[in-house]
Amino acid sequence: MMQVHTSTIGDATVLRCDGRLTMVAAPTLRSAIDEAVSGGQVRLVVDLAGTSFVDSSGLGALVAGLKRARQAGGDLRIASAQEQVRMVLNLTNLDRILEPFDSVGDAVHGW
Amino acid sequence: MSKQLGIRALVVLTLLLGTAYVGWRWLFSVNWPNWWIALPLVVAETYALVDAYLFGLTVWRIRERGPAPEVLGTETVDVLITTYDEPVELVVETARAARRIRFPHETWILDDGDRAEMRTAAAELGIGYITRTQDWHDRPRHAKAGNLNNALFATHGEFMLILDADQVPDPAILDRTLGWFQDDEVALVQTPQWFTNVTDDDPLGSQAPLFYGPIQQGKDGWNAAFFCGSNAVLRREALMQLGIVGYVREVEAAVADALRTSSRLLARAEEHAAASGPTAVTAIHEVTAAATAARSDLAAGTPVSQVTYAFQQRVDASARLIVDEDLAAIRADLREIGALDDVPQFDEQLGELVVDDAALDQLAAREMSPLAAIESVRQLVQAVDVDRSHEAQPMMPMATLSVTEDMATCMRLHAMGWRSVYHHEVLAHGLAPDDLGTMLKQRLRWAQGTLQVMLKENPLVQKGLSIPQRLMYFSTMWSYLSGFAALVFLAAPFVYLVFGVLPVKAYGLTFLAFFLPYIVVNQLLFLVVGRGKKTWRGHQYSFALFPLWIRACWTAAANVWFRRPLGFVVTPKTTATDEPRPFPWRLVAPQLVAALLLLLAVAIGAVRVWTGAADSIIGTGVNVGWVAYDLLVLSVIWKAALYRGAPRQTISEKEHSL
Repeated sequence: MMQVHTSTIGDATVLRCDGRLTMVAAPTLRSAIDEAVSGGQVRLVVDLAGTSFVDSSGLGALVAGLKRARQAGGDLRIASAQEQVRMVLNLTNLDRILEPFDSVGDAVHGW
Repeated sequence: MSKQLGIRALVVLTLLLGTAYVGWRWLFSVNWPNWWIALPLVVAETYALVDAYLFGLTVWRIRERGPAPEVLGTETVDVLITTYDEPVELVVETARAARRIRFPHETWILDDGDRAEMRTAAAELGIGYITRTQDWHDRPRHAKAGNLNNALFATHGEFMLILDADQVPDPAILDRTLGWFQDDEVALVQTPQWFTNVTDDDPLGSQAPLFYGPIQQGKDGWNAAFFCGSNAVLRREALMQLGIVGYVREVEAAVADALRTSSRLLARAEEHAAASGPTAVTAIHEVTAAATAARSDLAAGTPVSQVTYAFQQRVDASARLIVDEDLAAIRADLREIGALDDVPQFDEQLGELVVDDAALDQLAAREMSPLAAIESVRQLVQAVDVDRSHEAQPMMPMATLSVTEDMATCMRLHAMGWRSVYHHEVLAHGLAPDDLGTMLKQRLRWAQGTLQVMLKENPLVQKGLSIPQRLMYFSTMWSYLSGFAALVFLAAPFVYLVFGVLPVKAYGLTFLAFFLPYIVVNQLLFLVVGRGKKTWRGHQYSFALFPLWIRACWTAAANVWFRRPLGFVVTPKTTATDEPRPFPWRLVAPQLVAALLLLLAVAIGAVRVWTGAADSIIGTGVNVGWVAYDLLVLSVIWKAALYRGAPRQTISEKEHSL
């Protein structure tokens, strides 16, 4: 089962997803994002270093998170995506909207 | 013919006398008040009588074939030498001899140890070298059966001679055996295993003159000669047919099995899916419907390939429901993001996500399907397929259901109507274990493997086998249950001599009148069948290794029924062969304890006669005689423990005489 660990770097909130970001796991990420935004943290980085796999529902959770952050005047970035995740982002052209940053540091930089 | 007639007369006589004795035992002489020893004893005696019946059937039609028909000369043959961790020099010696086989052939070393020095040695000899392909990585390796199955798809000869690493073949081995294959129905020719590093006394009982002789010839008479793993020639076509039939059977069984349990799994999957929304639940309903349809199609006899294909298509379609919904939500989200004034880079154009049908299919296909998030669904979908993806190769001609691949493979060949030949001529010389620990390990393996086959594919109910064939296989399995009987035959005289507990109503003259003729004729039968060969060692070991046989029974049962690992005999590390080895007390402890208890029992029995506590002199006499027999039989294990291998010169002398 996927686990989401939340931490902060400066004024950014980092959500680390460890495991498989799937239909079953997506609600966990959605609620973690909801919780952060409701708490006033609107600059979000989803750290995908430990995410071995993503399916369409997982992508849905990421885009929903992006919308939630934007609507609250913030942003959501993704970092350290692994091979399969990059492949799916590319397949769906979503990498043009959710640009994968190489590391959490790169993602936070320039906010 | 007259000798065969004599054997048959002795068989009939043994079985008549045995049946009379055991019948008398059950009906008139079981001492029921002492049922706890009386019942086991009469059951053990019945076990032995059944064994006698099976032996009688085996030797009823001993087939002495003589030389094989001439070879055609056009046959193509691969010689396969299997090795795992044997010393390279030993394998090289076998390979050199294999190269010297006169009949044209190709020689291959099948190195399961994947050793660089073995590869180099094979290249220097100019012979083939085969190791496992990448497909075996992270999949069940199936030991020697896997090694051979891997090689079957890397070679192409019509026939294959299989040799263990230590079995040095005679140059004439193929000329002498291939002729049997002119009968198109013959799939296997087995020759004896003979060991050169064994003294005449053979304390470890390595030579099996009764098995590689009257027993195999007797089985051959019923077209049930066994494959023994080495020194045998096999017909590739038969093995491949076995592989294909096995593949179809395994796939059908696996698919049927997966579909049978699917409703329970999918009900649980539905609970999981509920958390992911109504579309996921609908998708699971679709999968359930697909599984139900597949099950009824399969029952209606639709080919398994069609059933699985249709099922996979419907599962992919249900996954598409979720993918479509996810992407619709993503598009809607992106449109809203684009509509936010302060985010100028998201215009209408980018708000529409570009995903073509091919990409959608890919997102819904098995690899990335959202349904696969539900483990039970993922497993079901993987199981309802024809690729046997959990195995290294879909076809496994050599049976992998047991640690002894030979017996199961042979039984399946016979069940498909193939014939086997036992060619009674030593055409390869091998090395036997030269210490008790290694020998015990090997015997345990054989026993476990045979019992695994009995529990997984009981020969008595195998379609395609004739009744005698079924009994021939069953007979070998039955013999491995002897440990329990041996335990009773040790306990019964002990409790009589020490406590005066009678399992039989009376050890009187009636007992002797029934028992003695039976046992005398039975021994006579063995003597005649054994043709003066040393069959006594085999008898001793079938009794003296009772702890090992019992252990084989329960480990095989635990393995088949509860999927426990089989376990090994832990053998004391033997260092360089020149160093003196310590006496293996631990390996022979049960037998030593049994022997000491029996000696103690004799002493107590004598005292009881002297003090008048014993109620019958004949009873004490019978039981002391019984103990003497038990001790004589057990004594082999002491000899075996002291054994330190054949002296070196004995080996070389024997090699010169080949």
